[in-house]
Amino acid sequence: MNLPSQHFFSPRAIANFYHRYENTLLALAAVLVFLFLWELLPAIGLANPFFTSSPSRIVAAAGWLFAHGFWNDIFVSLEEFAIGMGLAILFSIPLGLLLGWYRRLNAMFEPFVTLFNAMPRVALIPLIILWLGIGTQSKVAAVFLGAFFPLVINVMAGVKTVDETLLKCARSFGATDRQVFKTLALPTCLPFLVAGMRLALGRGLVGVVVGEMLASTAGVGHMMTLASSSFQTDKMFVGLILLAGFGYVLTDLLKHLEKRFASWRS
Amino acid sequence: MRLEANSVFVEYRMSRSQQWLSALQDVNFVVGSGKFVSVVGPSGCGKTTLLNVIAGLQHPTRGEVFLDGQPIKGPGRNRAMVFQSAALMPWRTILRNVTYGLELQKYPEQRRLDIARDLIQLVGLDGFEESYPRELSGGMQQRVNLARALATSPEILLMDEPLAGLDAQMRELMQVEIQRIWLQTNKTTVYVTHLIDEAVFLADEVIALTARPGTVKTVLPINLPRPRSLELKKSPEFHRIQDQLWDLIEEEFKKLGEPGSERLL
Repeated sequence: MNLPSQHFFSPRAIANFYHRYENTLLALAAVLVFLFLWELLPAIGLANPFFTSSPSRIVAAAGWLFAHGFWNDIFVSLEEFAIGMGLAILFSIPLGLLLGWYRRLNAMFEPFVTLFNAMPRVALIPLIILWLGIGTQSKVAAVFLGAFFPLVINVMAGVKTVDETLLKCARSFGATDRQVFKTLALPTCLPFLVAGMRLALGRGLVGVVVGEMLASTAGVGHMMTLASSSFQTDKMFVGLILLAGFGYVLTDLLKHLEKRFASWRS
Repeated sequence: MRLEANSVFVEYRMSRSQQWLSALQDVNFVVGSGKFVSVVGPSGCGKTTLLNVIAGLQHPTRGEVFLDGQPIKGPGRNRAMVFQSAALMPWRTILRNVTYGLELQKYPEQRRLDIARDLIQLVGLDGFEESYPRELSGGMQQRVNLARALATSPEILLMDEPLAGLDAQMRELMQVEIQRIWLQTNKTTVYVTHLIDEAVFLADEVIALTARPGTVKTVLPINLPRPRSLELKKSPEFHRIQDQLWDLIEEEFKKLGEPGSERLL
């Protein structure tokens, strides 16, 4: 009966375990040390918690927030983000296909795409709020504008990589333009679309947060602005950590998706 | 189906210099129904252009190609092409690569699968239906390429150096395979290659093209009995035909090297 536990905790087993998960363990250790210092420095008076907050204060603030309707803010932000991203993906695929495929359309619209992509689109948000008001719609538009252009540009680049011989093959079977789009251009573009989504996610998050900070009645960004104007550092950190975590999880999911597409190529 | 090229000219306009470049000049030949014809010639002589014209992917500047007396206007279901690079869709299984042409031509689902399974068996790939192209060797990928072309049951098969990417041994084995499959399906076939022994081994007739601009230099009937085995390549008869063709093509290669000749690209 003793044997298994001896086996698990023998020096050799621990060494094996360490080597296997070295990177994860190192990352975990670094985070724990950081959290420890963050808690310690304000506690011993080396930092002012009014500015730096501390892990225990943030947890307490989070507890208070979730008890007082923070779920609604999260839900509003998520909804704005999801709708904006969804629309951006939905519209970027056909537009990217058309602009990547037809030389003349490309020549006509290329200046717009380049200009919008080069412009800091957060600068458009005040104008959008003027047009669409301070409700959900203006944030959806802000997310859309952030995410749309990196997606379109990637799909356009993807279309240009359609295999010439495959195209010839489809044509020799008498394929129509629509069939070529559906069976060749679209599958060729998908990995490019997913790669573009990494950039688009970040831009979309900026859109929703900045939009909410400028003018809104709910949302994570809204909560953070309120907290800021009433000097509640702890609550602002709750928002920050939530946003960072959300971005992290989505980027990680995309990495897995990208891996799946990459496996087509030898 | 009988194929007839009637004084076909193809000229390209080069985008940079705006000069006209003649790829094919007054090409005439006839391929009888069910015949296997090889087209040989020095590189750049317009062999692939000729196939594109027959496939209907490219229009001749002058002249026409007829199928059973009907002029070719564009791609059609009675022709299918096998390409030099296998050009398979990496995101589709072998089975779904073979059904591709059938899908484009709106065959019903069940019929597509039945046809594809039969052809996968014909080209000797049973058991690989659910594999992906990257899991197959070059020779196996070319078998898929061939099965895909055969799937739409074309009456004319156009093959553009389908074995060029394979190593020498695989190439010889695949020549035997192509002959076997051709004997079973009996399609009128135009086979472009730059290897003379391959052309002679496979064909009922070899069409030798001149250097650019390509025109028919000679049409040589190959009256060797079928099925032909690789042993045949060692026979004096085979060597005689091969030498005869080689002499004709060598003249053309020499022309390419002459100063002032149209040695472009």
